[in-house]
Amino acid sequence: MATENLVYERPEAFTEMPTHYCPGCTHGVAHRLVAEVLEEMGVVNKTIGVAPVGCAVFAYNYFDTDFVEAPHGRAPAMATGIKRVLPDRVVFTYQGDGDLASIGMGEIVHAAARGENITVIFINNANYGMTGGQMAPTTLPGMKTTSSPNGRDVETQGYPIKMSEMLSTLEGTGYCVRRSLHDPKNIRLAKKAIRTAFETQVRGLGFAMVELLSTCPTNWGMTPVNSLKFVEEHMIPAFPLGDYKISDAIKQIKI
Amino acid sequence: MPKELWKGNEAIAEAAVRAGLEAYFGYPITPQTEILEFLSRRMPELGRSFVQAESELGAINMVYGAACTGVRVMSSSSSPGVSLMMEGLSYIAGTEIPAVLVNVMRGGPGLGNIAPAQSDYNQAVRGGGHGDYPRIVLAPASVQEAIDLMGLSFDLAEKYRMITMVILDGSVGQMMEPAEMPALKEIHRKGFDWATDGAMNRERRILSSIYLNPYDEEKTNLRLLKRWKDVQASEVRYKEYFLEDAKYIVIGFGTAGRVALSAVREARAQGIKVGLLRPITVSPFPHEVLDQLTGQAEAILVTEMNMGQMLDDVLLTVRGRVPVEFYGRPGGVVPFHDEILNEIHRLTSGTLAVRTDPRESWLTRMTAAS
Repeated sequence: MATENLVYERPEAFTEMPTHYCPGCTHGVAHRLVAEVLEEMGVVNKTIGVAPVGCAVFAYNYFDTDFVEAPHGRAPAMATGIKRVLPDRVVFTYQGDGDLASIGMGEIVHAAARGENITVIFINNANYGMTGGQMAPTTLPGMKTTSSPNGRDVETQGYPIKMSEMLSTLEGTGYCVRRSLHDPKNIRLAKKAIRTAFETQVRGLGFAMVELLSTCPTNWGMTPVNSLKFVEEHMIPAFPLGDYKISDAIKQIKI
Repeated sequence: MPKELWKGNEAIAEAAVRAGLEAYFGYPITPQTEILEFLSRRMPELGRSFVQAESELGAINMVYGAACTGVRVMSSSSSPGVSLMMEGLSYIAGTEIPAVLVNVMRGGPGLGNIAPAQSDYNQAVRGGGHGDYPRIVLAPASVQEAIDLMGLSFDLAEKYRMITMVILDGSVGQMMEPAEMPALKEIHRKGFDWATDGAMNRERRILSSIYLNPYDEEKTNLRLLKRWKDVQASEVRYKEYFLEDAKYIVIGFGTAGRVALSAVREARAQGIKVGLLRPITVSPFPHEVLDQLTGQAEAILVTEMNMGQMLDDVLLTVRGRVPVEFYGRPGGVVPFHDEILNEIHRLTSGTLAVRTDPRESWLTRMTAAS
């Protein structure tokens, strides 16, 4: 009788390369959820990922699928180009908040408005991680970053942009939800949402995005545990979790 | 195929379709909008992809994405729009994938105007986007030549995994001329061994322009240059007119070259031994033939619809061996043939010296006249 049972292993959609992400960062969790979903759906060998500019710039090192690397913010445009000529492939972008909600605002809004059949994984950690923690469009009011050293002053630096709420107003958006990665229960809910977002694509039901509230312990200057608490106590009130748009056709999808 | 009356922009669009264009992404801007409009009807009719993008940035990055899959893809724009596309061009160059971009040039800088110009020569030929990269640039002077060059532009882009730009001024885009269209080719996806089209029954592929290790980036730069040497050796194209016994050489590309041809013909009728060199590939520039022509020339006239951009390439080749004169009409003005004829007469007066910068005397003459 076996004395050991394998209960957790690397998904087939992952390469063997260790990630470069900081300890406590939830990028690794988000990556894993996407990899598990691709594997469970049996679409690994027909998936083409589009990496962003930001911390996930090297996402292509970790997913064992074809991958391209987009200019900053342009991932939805590149994904559009790929999906339009290869409509039977699975195409996803993986973007951070600076990439998607600032420099790439035009590309994401219009990809959603056109109802592009792509899946977008949107990591919201309230700052520009890769460049060392500058203010992002999602930075909370009063939150200190390296470019808002006295805390984000909404009078001069504006208010956070709520992407899921915004994109849910567009007819082309089929699926648009916000989840969080701060505890196991929410991680499970996030995975279900990611699965639905890919199912939306393979059924041709329009643009799908999952926004994931994520941590950035290094740039927030917090321990990983305190970062998770910060998400729960400060990020969720500012960016409420929920289903912002689920079209009737997508509601019928049983996972 | 019989000749038909084609408008330049529409001819370019149809020629691209017939060369196997699978996807077009564009944004409206005068004077190239007819390419977009034509393809918005034509591409769906053939079951091919057409997207009117949210901006030129969007358009060129859609091109980038589709190009990564190995299909024939293009965009088109005009000067200000092409400036916006420079980011994407640099990435496409760095990723070493084929794509075609048509620039129907207008007067600039800034918003400028919508009249025909050639002022984006430097942007096209010298790079425009950031980083060190070569690109092929074709410059048609007529609707027929534009048609012929579209098929070639895709062939070259694929052969060298490089951007091919087709630059023409607004007048070639807007004019109608009788022209012959090639037959519609069936699309054969070539299954390039670099294309990211889904890792079915093969190892996965990554396409990117990132080389974090400077030594790898340096190697990439050198690889691009080496490939460019092959382009220079094999792909130079130009048209020669009356050059065999010419003592005076006129050089112009696109419409400026075409107007110059009328002037050269008239000068020939007057007994002047003048000929015209019209580069078709402005990049790679026909340095070798110009070098030979310099040997037989007493003086050279460069004519452009800008302030002297190709002029620098000519000066690099001539290297002070004979006088080089410049005549340009920038800002969206098209020269008349008699203006160039006057310049040919100046050339033959025999009083010219080799100058460091031929623009200076031209500028003096231009500003004195106004």
